[in-house]
Amino acid sequence: MKTLCFYFQVHQPMRLKKYRFFNMGRDHYYLDDVTNSAIMKKVAERCYLPMNALLLKLIEQNEGKFKVSFSITGLAMEQFRESAPEVLESFRKLAETGCVEFLAETYDHSLASLISEEEFSEQVRAHSDLMEKEFGKRPTAFRNTELIYSDGIGEMVAKMGFRTMLAEGAKHILGWKSPNFIYANAMDQRLRLLLRNYKLSDDIAFRFSDRGWNQWPLTVDKYLSWLTAEDVPGEVLNLFMDYETFGEHQNADTGIFDFMAYLPGAALKTGELRFATVSEAAETHQPVAVLSCPHAMSWADEERDITAWLGNELQNEAFNKLYALRDTVKALDNPGYNYVWNFMQTSDHFYYMATKWLSDGDVHSYFNPYDSSYEAFMNYMNVLSDFEIELGKKKSEKEQPGAEAVEAVQCSPACDTATELMGKPAKGGKGKKSDGKPKKSAKKTGKKESLPA
Amino acid sequence: MRVLMFGWEFPPHIAGGLGTACYGLTRGLAKNGVQVTFVMPHAYGDEDQRFVRVVNASDVEALYGVPGHDLLPENLSFIHIDSNMVPYISPEDFEAERRTVETRQVGGGHVPGDTWRERYDFSGKYGANLLEEVARYAIVAAEVARQMEGQFDVIHAHDWLTYYAGIAAKQVSGKPLVVHMHATEFDRSGEHVNQAVYDIERTGMSAADRVIAVSNLTRNIVIEKYGIPADRVVTVHNAVAFAANDQTEAERGVRDKIVTFLGRITYQKGPDYFVEAAAKVLKRLDNVRFVMAGSGDMMNHVIRRVAKLGIADRFHFTGFLKGDDVQKMFSMSDVYVMPSVSEPFGISPLEAMKSNVPVIISKQSGVAEILDYAVKVDYWDVDAMADAIYALVQYPALGTMFARKGLEEVTGLKWDNAAEKVKEVYESVVS
Repeated sequence: MKTLCFYFQVHQPMRLKKYRFFNMGRDHYYLDDVTNSAIMKKVAERCYLPMNALLLKLIEQNEGKFKVSFSITGLAMEQFRESAPEVLESFRKLAETGCVEFLAETYDHSLASLISEEEFSEQVRAHSDLMEKEFGKRPTAFRNTELIYSDGIGEMVAKMGFRTMLAEGAKHILGWKSPNFIYANAMDQRLRLLLRNYKLSDDIAFRFSDRGWNQWPLTVDKYLSWLTAEDVPGEVLNLFMDYETFGEHQNADTGIFDFMAYLPGAALKTGELRFATVSEAAETHQPVAVLSCPHAMSWADEERDITAWLGNELQNEAFNKLYALRDTVKALDNPGYNYVWNFMQTSDHFYYMATKWLSDGDVHSYFNPYDSSYEAFMNYMNVLSDFEIELGKKKSEKEQPGAEAVEAVQCSPACDTATELMGKPAKGGKGKKSDGKPKKSAKKTGKKESLPA
Repeated sequence: MRVLMFGWEFPPHIAGGLGTACYGLTRGLAKNGVQVTFVMPHAYGDEDQRFVRVVNASDVEALYGVPGHDLLPENLSFIHIDSNMVPYISPEDFEAERRTVETRQVGGGHVPGDTWRERYDFSGKYGANLLEEVARYAIVAAEVARQMEGQFDVIHAHDWLTYYAGIAAKQVSGKPLVVHMHATEFDRSGEHVNQAVYDIERTGMSAADRVIAVSNLTRNIVIEKYGIPADRVVTVHNAVAFAANDQTEAERGVRDKIVTFLGRITYQKGPDYFVEAAAKVLKRLDNVRFVMAGSGDMMNHVIRRVAKLGIADRFHFTGFLKGDDVQKMFSMSDVYVMPSVSEPFGISPLEAMKSNVPVIISKQSGVAEILDYAVKVDYWDVDAMADAIYALVQYPALGTMFARKGLEEVTGLKWDNAAEKVKEVYESVVS
């Protein structure tokens, strides 16, 4: 009897609007609301709503024997609330069945695990809080952004109290070993690892509609014969994929929904397969070995490494400049800045800056709002620079309450002459960053105060 | 003195500096009592004709018909003669244009490299078409000259696109020809010159009675690389026209000092040196930001370099700027840098100075010959460039002095004076 473990990743980034140098210092609303909302609505209609409805039906039909797991990023949750509340409602209904497990991950779909343990665990905590609040149960299993995993990251995750974590069944880590067993983290063996069977997962996620594939069309019977085959050893078959696979990457016309509708019943009928959530699978099976993974790996691209996000100088520069701001953001602890800080960390921003476009170009360009990685970088850096300026202003205000007056006096001799000579208006004064989120209101008020004469 | 002048563009429909220069010059000539008839391939009708009579070459045949009609198989397409041949367009536009053109062509080999070389590639493939357009312009020019017989004393042609037209007019009328070199093929393409363009330039200058160069730098190139006798080449520096309402008041969002590069991001504009100098300055100062405004084939390279140097939070890109944004950029700047590797003249520092911005220019630019209140450095000397940026940013007295004196200086660069020199050139060939 093999255990089938379906896990779906749900995420939508908050895309930045076209933010030019001329916006800097004046416009502090960075998001492209129209695009974000449009994409969310479209994906909700094509994927989230129909697939959630289907899953709910399947769980009811199979009387609790069909189980799946999800992780939904905090940013996706926020966007559900904003643009598609009915999606959130349908996830709640799934949660109520008791056959759906919601996993923990980073709130922002961030790469924080690669740079700061503190930031990483804060985000995971924030996400777990959210999951508990929305779905009534605190997650016990963890999945990191893009399935990024290393021994060190696993240790951090174990330290946070999780006993199960997902990772990629990458060939370069497994060698001759099979991904279809439970493994243990090398540094803290209490942490059990479920490894993605990328072949069987990608048969659905990538190849399902590929007419060039020699196995096309993929029928449920054919697929089940692979799952139950004697030469597929192991106890757990982990099928991890983006939730957008259903209806978005593979659109409805490909028959993906029919495939999924038929699969659970047929699988159970074989008598050789059963379904489990991630935590159940980890509990029912014992780890067979310790898995060593000294360097970070992920589920992305051919290389299964992290170069899709941190593989060129643009990405590294943006990443380093972003995290250089962390101390200031934390010290100010202003809800508005925290909000920006959150959505700026999303891995997608770095993904858009990738320059490795060969075989994985299709996936890279999916939902990508930019024409080139350079454009993505410029836009991101402009936003980040403005954010940095705002933080700096707020910081100096906080440090010296009278700073505004003092600074004005200090700069007045030069400024006055310059103003007189150059016929320029006094430079836009200290932006009075009011409160809360730098939402649309900030954009409208503008910053027109000038220095006191 | 009456001049029949051949140009390519005229304000307000301009793509680059050539049209602006033609406008300033014709205005100045008018003030010097020279009567100018300006012929261009495609006039729009809203050109400022207070100082000059504009003849639309596209209308000529429609009005009178062209003898030798068989040479012009498609009369209508001639009206749109400017389609593929805008002399100065943004690299993006050019790239887009080239792509659409290439998709029509089968098996066109793409030569990577700088825009102008790509342009060469394109021109090569479209050699017949390009030369046809230049030739068509020449045919119309001959017709214009015929019709205006006795109404002009000298012919003046601006840049290579119009040289055949100038020669044709000279052959028809027997009047002296003056050609004006605003840029040479060497400025545009470095050492990888487009032979066809070079040949036209050389033919035009050889046929001309006088060659006007926009700087001594250009004059030397004309003499050394085109073999034109030195006594036939005269330098007349460009000037800059002032409009009273030119000063856009841009509200700036950032408090830091802003150091600007504005231009095409191509090899000959020296963007690399600007980046290196910026990195040096940023090591010392944290109250300064660098802006690279424009676009070009080296843009991605420059962005990578900026990221590599770790200064991307203080070095910003605006992309290609249009219309008012250029003026806005100038008025937001505290220092303007033009690190051109090769620049026949370089009007942009003058525009910066007009906006009260102190400028740093490379010694390898024509404009360096006429400016006193500009910091001049070798384009490759990034230490000196960084030094100068630091000083102008850190010592307000210096920056203010340069800005004030620079404004005076640039105000003195009048087209009237330039036109006077051009008039002298006319007089020397007419008598």
